[in-house]
Amino acid sequence: MKTRREFIKISSVGAGVAALGLHALDLKGLNWLNPDSSNEPASDEDMTPYPTYCEVCFWKCAAWVYVDKKGKIRKIIGNKNDPHSQGRMCPRGTGGLGMYYDNDRLKTPLIRETRPDGSQYFRKASWNEALDKVANKMKEVKEKYGPEAFGLFNHGTPGGHLEHLMRAYGSETNAEPAYANCRGPRSAAYYATFGAFIGSPECTDIRDTRCMVLIGSHIGENMHNSQVQEMSEAIDNNATIITVDPRFSTAASKSQYWLPIKPSTDLALLLAWIHVLIYEDIYNKDFVKKYTFGFEQLKAHVKDMTPEWAYGITTIEPDIIRNTAREMAGAAPAVVIHPGRHTVWYGDDTQRERAMAILTALLGAWGKRGSLYLPEAVHLPEYPQPEYPKPKWSWRDLPEGKFPLATMGITSELLKASIPRYKYKHQVKAWLVGGTNLPLSMPDKKLFKEAANSVEFIAVMDTMPMEVTGYADVVLPEATYLERYDFIRAAQNRVPNVALRMPAAKPRFKSKPAWWITKQIGERLGLHAYFNYDDYSEVIDWQFKKLGTSLEEMKKIGVKSFPRESGPLYIGEGEKFEFNTNTGKIELYSTDFADLGFDPLPNYKPHPEPPQNYYRLIYGRAPMHTFSRTSNNHFLWDLMKENSVWVNPKVASLWELKNDQKVWLKNQDGAITSFPVKVRITERIRWDSVYMVHGFGHSDKKLSRAYGRGASDEEMITKIAKDPIMGGEGMRGNFITFLKENPNKNRKEDKA
Amino acid sequence: MRYAMAIDTHKCVGCSDCVVACQTENNVPHGYCRDWIVEYVDGTYPSLDMRFQSERCNHCDNAPCVRCCPTGASHIVEGGIVLVTHDECIGCGACIESCPYDARYPHPDGYVDKCTFCVQRVEKGQNPACVDVCPTHCLHFGDLDDPNSDVSLALKDRSWKVLAPEAGTKPQLYFLT
Amino acid sequence: MKEELFVSGRHIPNIDPYLNIWHWQIPLYLFLGGLAAGILFFAAYFVVRGKEKEMPATVKWATIIAPIALVIGLGALFWDLKHKLYFWQLYTTIRFTSPMSWGAWTLMAITPLSIVWVASYMKEMFPKWDWKFGFLNKFEAFVIKYRVPFAWIMMYLAIILGVYTGILLSAFNARPLWNVSILGPLFLVSGFSTGLAATMWVSKDEHERKVLSRIDIVFILIELFLIIHLFMGFMAGTAVKTEAFQLFLGGEFTISFWVFVVLLGLVFPVTLETLELWGYHVPKWIPPLLILFGGLMFRFVMVEAGQITRFLY
Ligand SMILES: Nc1nc2c(c(=O)[nH]1)N[C@H]1C(S)=C(S)[C@@H](COP(=O)(O)OP(=O)(O)OC[C@H]3O[C@@H](n4cnc5c(=O)[nH]c(N)nc54)[C@H](O)[C@@H]3O)O[C@H]1N2
Ligand SMILES: Nc1nc2c(c(=O)[nH]1)N[C@H]1C(S)=C(S)[C@@H](COP(=O)(O)OP(=O)(O)OC[C@H]3O[C@@H](n4cnc5c(=O)[nH]c(N)nc54)[C@H](O)[C@@H]3O)O[C@H]1N2
Ligand code: SF4
Ligand code: SF4
Ligand code: SF4
Ligand code: SF4
Ligand code: SF4
Ligand SMILES: [Mo]
Repeated sequence: MKTRREFIKISSVGAGVAALGLHALDLKGLNWLNPDSSNEPASDEDMTPYPTYCEVCFWKCAAWVYVDKKGKIRKIIGNKNDPHSQGRMCPRGTGGLGMYYDNDRLKTPLIRETRPDGSQYFRKASWNEALDKVANKMKEVKEKYGPEAFGLFNHGTPGGHLEHLMRAYGSETNAEPAYANCRGPRSAAYYATFGAFIGSPECTDIRDTRCMVLIGSHIGENMHNSQVQEMSEAIDNNATIITVDPRFSTAASKSQYWLPIKPSTDLALLLAWIHVLIYEDIYNKDFVKKYTFGFEQLKAHVKDMTPEWAYGITTIEPDIIRNTAREMAGAAPAVVIHPGRHTVWYGDDTQRERAMAILTALLGAWGKRGSLYLPEAVHLPEYPQPEYPKPKWSWRDLPEGKFPLATMGITSELLKASIPRYKYKHQVKAWLVGGTNLPLSMPDKKLFKEAANSVEFIAVMDTMPMEVTGYADVVLPEATYLERYDFIRAAQNRVPNVALRMPAAKPRFKSKPAWWITKQIGERLGLHAYFNYDDYSEVIDWQFKKLGTSLEEMKKIGVKSFPRESGPLYIGEGEKFEFNTNTGKIELYSTDFADLGFDPLPNYKPHPEPPQNYYRLIYGRAPMHTFSRTSNNHFLWDLMKENSVWVNPKVASLWELKNDQKVWLKNQDGAITSFPVKVRITERIRWDSVYMVHGFGHSDKKLSRAYGRGASDEEMITKIAKDPIMGGEGMRGNFITFLKENPNKNRKEDKA
Repeated sequence: MRYAMAIDTHKCVGCSDCVVACQTENNVPHGYCRDWIVEYVDGTYPSLDMRFQSERCNHCDNAPCVRCCPTGASHIVEGGIVLVTHDECIGCGACIESCPYDARYPHPDGYVDKCTFCVQRVEKGQNPACVDVCPTHCLHFGDLDDPNSDVSLALKDRSWKVLAPEAGTKPQLYFLT
Repeated sequence: MKEELFVSGRHIPNIDPYLNIWHWQIPLYLFLGGLAAGILFFAAYFVVRGKEKEMPATVKWATIIAPIALVIGLGALFWDLKHKLYFWQLYTTIRFTSPMSWGAWTLMAITPLSIVWVASYMKEMFPKWDWKFGFLNKFEAFVIKYRVPFAWIMMYLAIILGVYTGILLSAFNARPLWNVSILGPLFLVSGFSTGLAATMWVSKDEHERKVLSRIDIVFILIELFLIIHLFMGFMAGTAVKTEAFQLFLGGEFTISFWVFVVLLGLVFPVTLETLELWGYHVPKWIPPLLILFGGLMFRFVMVEAGQITRFLY
């Protein structure tokens, strides 16, 4: 049963050149048909603004969607009263209307069919048929294996609706790449240290900081909106910026100190900084004494971790290490040790994050102006519904005791539980997927494929024909965020606030909002009590009213702030403060880690180095794209059509590579990219590493712009350094080499 | 009155938001742009220098594009803004050839187009779209004759340069260095 | 290492990666303009000098080419306009700072003039010709009566047209390769030389061809001198200028310029013409053909190469 679920490129008819040609015609056609696409800019007064919050990434900036008299969406402008956007969207948010206008969108429900000759294809289906099919399968799985065996991969607001459906149905077997492939280690480390999470948007008080330390965080390329804005304010305020990055990042170019660290050695640098603070006696003594636990152990622990010691590991000069530590001490407590976000690098990531948390504590840079503030979110009243049934097992039980400090489902565990040969106690039999493009956001494609082929059923809810939809049995086309009501945004910030997302236009084609899709399935499963409304606007109106506002008011203002209830933004001078840890203090020495047999104080251990002729693959963001989700967005595609592989000039001359030359990449395990990628020769990268922007190399031909553009870093990540503490998937221990000839000539195309 | 823009190359992160905002505000067709970002890198790893620059029409005081236009389609309005009247433009391309900054492009509809300093917004007292969207606040717009305008204030305490001054165009985009 | 790249992905058709707004139409237009200017200038010149009888091809036969060349040239220009329906806007205003504008007006004047010129010789060239309408005959008589003042006007217009074909390019400060004052005279001389070549080709009269050939040799020598001058100017110029001229010194346009324009288009014909004057036999169509070819190439090379040169990026 090798190819039970053959990857299908949705309607491969007329793909490639023909599709492109048609597309071009289409655009022309649009221009003729819409005389109002007259080239004159529309005046704001002639348009209607609809409130929304952005779904192009997860910063969720609130905005106004301007619709002209003909009902055409013209532009998206940040909501001035929104602390996430402060009236300015990032390029992806500004270009978000490209998602709505994309003619490659999923247009109708699709159902996988098998021809007599065994080949498979997608057939257009009615909503009824598609929804019946999903609901029936859910019933069947429930009867045969219990609802827990229906797993969910989710991300973003669409994933949230699916989560509600699944919990009503009785399953909590879910996971999202945004945890174990993203910020998981940070959560575990800061929770262990401060008894609190950093959360999102990160509670970094950058605008008032005097010194910001970026360890890998590439703000400016990582375009998380208000954070970028605040960094600019910090520059205006002459704050010192210290950037630790093996690559000359945008942030590095704006920093007083750029520490071009040897990749994978950050923990040594952090420990040396801690050493300097303690042994030069420049740490924040009052704060440490009052609020922390385990200082003496820490002091003894880092005794030999001198800058000279770290120099041998990190290649950062001892003087620089000392000077930067003194800079931090001088600015303390107004220091932001940025906790990072995508923190799954080398497998000891929770420990690296712990070292960052400890450094933060030694500077007293927690709960103080210019450091990390104490965030607060509005607590949304729950729309009346019965309690969710309690599942017999959930994502927590899958690893069977491994990764004890995981606070969310681990994607690869859910995959392994889907494959019988791993003999997991709890087996997953079917998947629901929404808002995540697993083949391009998870490493180890083999594992994903095996899992996808092992389960009985996959339903995918998405807006675009992405790689993941190719594995579906049923494809559910969701309306874009510009066409739907959605959850109220109640994310944390300095000031608690809520934001409304409402449709600015009718859904294009036959797409439907997630709330509608999940409700339809829920009704078929007899779960009406959990979907007790006709339109989701009723739910949010109810919630708004409980909060003292209303849908009507929110339509006019988009964002509403509320007074803080948890106390001030910062800890007062000498104020008594109880931390949510075992000791009630900031745990420099982690009692939890000690109990569980992990290093209670972080230790540096060396990581594998690239073999000869291989280079470490590191990756990151381009400011104009979000992962793989925007590569087909016409506005953003215009800005950046493909990624490139950054190569140091020395390496380029060794390999006789030229700028823009196309190469294929091969990694240490022999994996080869499906598509070639252009070389960018640049001094911005070290000679022992190469760099790529993540999210390119789409293999679905239906993506007429993104298909085959650039290469997917994911394909080169086959070796994963598992974080034993919380199950994070360290992805930067992979090494690549260059192939100048097409290696795929004689091979079958590697599918998705 | 003399409108001008100051661009803080120390703060620009090259995100290109200004490009997208211009496109949606001004209906710039896909594949074209009125503004663009250049990245300059200099040095050898690890002693490197880099800056980003958001560029567009310089609304030159001594605008060759206006001088060479045979029909008067390219013209200068109040505040020194250089504009093109669409239905006077014959699409001869002379102005494109004349611009040292390659700031103009042939619109698919035939006429020549370029940055207008968002005159439709400026007339109403708003900032240009690119200025209002820039997440790093690195674009400053306003009247040079008004010492309290954003652009005058931005230029006050900073050194700046203009692009290709040797071309003699007297450009009105000031790049803060 | 220095890097300079567009991070916002500028790929504007015909502008990026390098400018290519003017295609084959413009060099053709410039060539035909120069050619017509040359033909008309010498026709008028010999009329003014009272050598009408001696130079029949120059004054009469060859001038037939001029209006045709002008109309085709204008057609080419029109073809290259991207907003064609607004063509008439050219003639709603005169802009003295715009070579394109006064070029258009010059053409507006010289094209009908050249037609009238040819028409006034129709009866001489084709004795059976009949204008059919009385008023046309009257008009013809008028033209013939005032032929000399008429010729003076045409001479001036021809010079303006010839200079214009060069100034159109040299006025562009933004393109270092074009922005040299010598380009006006150079294109004028080159245009006149092509005019002479075309006339020589048409001429059947041995004496007439000799007269023309002598003038042409002088023109070509001046042209070569101007090219050397141009060359030296670039070498002594600013960095952008020397960089621009690299296109001709090892760059993309080296062969097309030195071999096609200078050698084949100037040095060869001038040598052949000299040999002919010394009494050697040279097929009479070869030098004019080379000159015409060289003139056309020259304009193609200048327009194409000039667009590549720039101040920035
Ligand atoms: N190699 C490598 N892997 C990585 C990363 C990396 O840097 N490199 N980054 C990691 C990180 S930090 C994260 S957070 C994860 C993120 O990984 P994912 O959670 O997979 O996020 P995206 O790649 O954005 O996938 C988004 C999917 O959601 C769909 N989508 C977009 N909008 C909507 C909508 O409104 N409704 C529905 N139903 N679907 C929608 C898109 O079409 C796309 O298929 O990836 C991780 N994986
Ligand atoms: N434009 C844009 N912005 C985004 C996103 C997006 O898709 N697009 N995604 C958002 C999401 S979900 C996330 S999680 C964040 C991720 O953004 P960050 O948290 O900033 O991600 P990192 O992985 O820390 O950053 C990648 C940087 O790490 C550097 N690096 C690589 N190896 C090492 C090393 O060994 N040591 C050190 N010190 N640095 C190293 C790389 O050179 C690169 O500059 O971005 C968010 N913002
Ligand atoms: S940071 Fe950008 S993409 Fe993310 S939500 Fe905000 S505007 Fe949208
Ligand atoms: S929006 Fe601002 S920061 Fe971004 S590229 Fe433009 S000028 Fe630079
Ligand atoms: S930048 Fe170019 S288009 Fe703008 S005014 Fe100057 S010459 Fe004209
Ligand atoms: S293209 Fe239009 S604006 Fe430019 S010079 Fe010609 S007529 Fe003037
Ligand atoms: S000023 Fe207006 S037209 Fe000019 S680049 Fe900015 S947004 Fe575009
Ligand atoms: Mo993430």
